[in-house]
Amino acid sequence: MEEKRKKLAIIATKGTLDWAYPPLILATAAGAMDWDVGIFFTFYGLPLLNKKLNAKVTPTGNPAMPMRMPFGPEGFQNINWPIPNMIMNNMPFFENMATGLMEKTFKNKGVASVEELRDMAVELDVRMIGCQMTMDVFGFKKEDFIEQAEIGGAATFLEYAADSTICLYI
Amino acid sequence: MSDVAKTLDCSGLLCPMPVVKTKKAMAEIQIGEILEMISTDPGSMPDMEAWARQTKHELVDAKDEGGKYTFLIKKTH
Repeated sequence: MEEKRKKLAIIATKGTLDWAYPPLILATAAGAMDWDVGIFFTFYGLPLLNKKLNAKVTPTGNPAMPMRMPFGPEGFQNINWPIPNMIMNNMPFFENMATGLMEKTFKNKGVASVEELRDMAVELDVRMIGCQMTMDVFGFKKEDFIEQAEIGGAATFLEYAADSTICLYI
Repeated sequence: MSDVAKTLDCSGLLCPMPVVKTKKAMAEIQIGEILEMISTDPGSMPDMEAWARQTKHELVDAKDEGGKYTFLIKKTH
C-alpha cells in the first residue's frame, strides 16, 4: 500500500527576525522531503506575508539572545556582550542596530535570509494562509501580501491541519 | 565517480539549505542517476540520512572528510 503523504501544519504567530526563521526553516525542510506543508500566519506573524519584509529583532525582554559582533577575529566574534536592558531600552535605534548585527551574523554563517527562505517555501508549494481577523484588526491589505498568500480564518486552518502528521504553534 | 550525473556544492550553507537544494537538484536528474552533494554543515550528515529515508531516495554513500561532507544519492523514483 502506498504510504500516506506526510503533512506539516504550522501556526506562525511571531514576526520578529529571530522568530520568522523557525516556521520557514521547518516548512522548507518538510517541503524538501516532499511533505505537504501549510502555514497559518496570524497576529504578529502576519507581516511575514508582506511583499516587502521588514522583520526586526530586539534583545529587550529577550535575555537569552546572545549579542555578538559579526566582524573581527573569531575570539572577538564569540564574545557575548552583556548590555543591560536599561541601556538598550534608552538607546535610540538600538533595535535597528541589533537587527543589522543579527542579519550580518546570519549571512556570515551561511544562513539564508528570511526573504530567501520564503521564496523557497513558495517554490516548494507551501500553502500560506493569512488570518483574515488579524488583517481586519491591524489593517493589513491583501494587496500588500505576496501573491501566493491566500486568506482564511481559524476554520480554514483547522480543516487543513485536521489530518496533519505534525502541527506546530510557533 | 564516473556515474555521478550532477554535482551540487552546498559548501558554506547551513540548515535547511542543503536539503532544499538537494531536493531541487534531484528534479534535474533521471531515475537511476546519482547526485553528488557536497556540504560543510555538520548537521547535514543526520539531515541527509533523514531526508533520504523520508523521500525514499537511496543514500548510496555519506563521507565525512573532516568538515567536508560528500553524499551520493541515487534517484529511485
